[in-house]
Amino acid sequence: MIVAGVDIGSLSGETVLMRDGEILSYSIVRTGADSAKTAEKATDEALDNASISFGDIEYTVATGYGRVIVPFADKNITEISCHARGANYLFPTVRTILDMGGQDCKAIKCNDVGKVTNFAMNDKCAAGTGRFCDVMAEVLDEPLEDIGRISLEAERDAMVSSACAVFAKSEVVSLLRKGTPKSEILSGVHEAIATRVFALLQRVGIEADFVITGGIAKNIGVVRKVAEKVGMNPLISDEPQIVGAIGAALFAEELCKKAKHKDRSKSQ
Amino acid sequence: MIVAGIDVGSLSTKVVLLEDDRILAANILTTGEEGVVMARKATDEALRKANISFDQLEYIVTTGYGRKSISFAKESKSEMMCHAKGAYWLFPSARTVIDIGAESSKIIRLNKNGVVEDFVGNDKCAAGTGIFLDTMAKALEVSIEEVGELSLKHKEKAMISSMCAVFAESEVVSHVHRGTPRNDILAGIHDSIAERIFGMSNRVGIMDDVVMTGGVAKNIGMIKALEEKLGTILHVPEHPRVVGALGAALVARDSK
Amino acid sequence: MIVNYGYTDGSGDYYIVIDTDKCDGCGKCVDACPQNVLELAEDDYGDIVVRVRDEVKSKVGYVCLGFNPGCSKNEVNCRSVCEHDVISHTW
Repeated sequence: MIVAGVDIGSLSGETVLMRDGEILSYSIVRTGADSAKTAEKATDEALDNASISFGDIEYTVATGYGRVIVPFADKNITEISCHARGANYLFPTVRTILDMGGQDCKAIKCNDVGKVTNFAMNDKCAAGTGRFCDVMAEVLDEPLEDIGRISLEAERDAMVSSACAVFAKSEVVSLLRKGTPKSEILSGVHEAIATRVFALLQRVGIEADFVITGGIAKNIGVVRKVAEKVGMNPLISDEPQIVGAIGAALFAEELCKKAKHKDRSKSQ
Repeated sequence: MIVAGIDVGSLSTKVVLLEDDRILAANILTTGEEGVVMARKATDEALRKANISFDQLEYIVTTGYGRKSISFAKESKSEMMCHAKGAYWLFPSARTVIDIGAESSKIIRLNKNGVVEDFVGNDKCAAGTGIFLDTMAKALEVSIEEVGELSLKHKEKAMISSMCAVFAESEVVSHVHRGTPRNDILAGIHDSIAERIFGMSNRVGIMDDVVMTGGVAKNIGMIKALEEKLGTILHVPEHPRVVGALGAALVARDSK
Repeated sequence: MIVNYGYTDGSGDYYIVIDTDKCDGCGKCVDACPQNVLELAEDDYGDIVVRVRDEVKSKVGYVCLGFNPGCSKNEVNCRSVCEHDVISHTW
């Protein structure tokens, strides 16, 4: 049985193809203006990679920001549920998931089979998302991919408030004016963001093991600050982007089996 | 008896000199890093306007964000209380005061004697404050003095759904890229702030008459958007920025 | 599953917390809410449970009166009608 999981995010779309619980292939494409086309493109690429045709897919689950507009999906499932399921597949011991992207931040707690038991999400306030880092990197005129490394050189944290990105930005400007080293400012920035993330994690409760996914996982400064607060070293996935699509494929497999079972009992 | 009220805001410092029931002078300066220095400078300028000396001031009360740092003042009082007092003195029929300053916004409900009954405020988040408007004006390359008038010329209001200033700024930028007319975007921005203030008002309730104070009260687009959202008329003082300082001066006068 | 609908911003925590494992999908809370915050829907695991409507999620703190002034004066609200203690608020 071959199934597909399609995750359409605001920046990228991913498709994972799965046969009997094993990943056959996957693809990652940039999201275009039309999410139906993005879904098609991602799925075509994944089909090419696995050398199979669209007709071989028995069931498709769509998830993510654009999940409602994937025309060939049999069912839509929220990205929260798919993310937990995908993380459980990659790391069966994981109970707490922090997924942090450029626009939002999710804290998810799940059980031993990857079912969500508690979750909270922030996509309303930039101060608790990767966007906070973007804004500060721009003010400090440093490339986003370097700020994690630079912050590690700091001997102390500069005080940067965690409540609001706009207010924090003016604090950073005045710290720069006073001649505070960039490393200390960035360390303070990462401390501020970690404070917000930790509060979100505490809302759902923290339990070992703990994994960080999403773009922020690449910022060692934030990862280290979060790890300090949580008191646990996080696991980091190699392909953080496809976690949701893997979960969607796993849901597809389960739903496909259920549908077949129903058909069988009907015909008997 | 001559007294002074000083409102040390995050962006500007306001001073009002009062003799009994008469305002002698008012003055506004940018706060800067050294709050106390600017507060003294702002006071001295006001004294010069009124042609009196510092020694003639019998009592000084401060309010605002930096009120505790002013060593030459006798007392400091909350912004809530001072705004209520100032607005009530100007408009005895006021039962609600909406104050939108540079970095804070608040709604204060008064009883018929001008005593604060309930309030709700936000000073930790840029949403629904002057700096939100400032950020959007910069993104649109419009001066802050113009945004009000321009927004009134809109044809169809643009939708700005984020309350967060950072996310709203991206929405504004993508509106610009899509070719949404500038005035429509400005109207959308005012609506977004009005939505936030309306949300705050749900917690304390709005009672007529409503007075609006703070720097943002000078923005006609904001006044219209709020009036529409709240379904009532806003009374705006001639000098909305100095109402807190006026309130502080009234406290000074009454405490003697 | 415990779902936290809402957000934290500079002024505080505004979450409507729903414990869907306790919810039997009776819908009494949906009718009781004066602000039309809630609805019934199927969750990802196939159960019909209460949830916060999409349009409200980004402004929970404003739309839901959170048994602050308005709602506490009502004789019924989402919490008072629920027999299983499904819904709570963080503010």
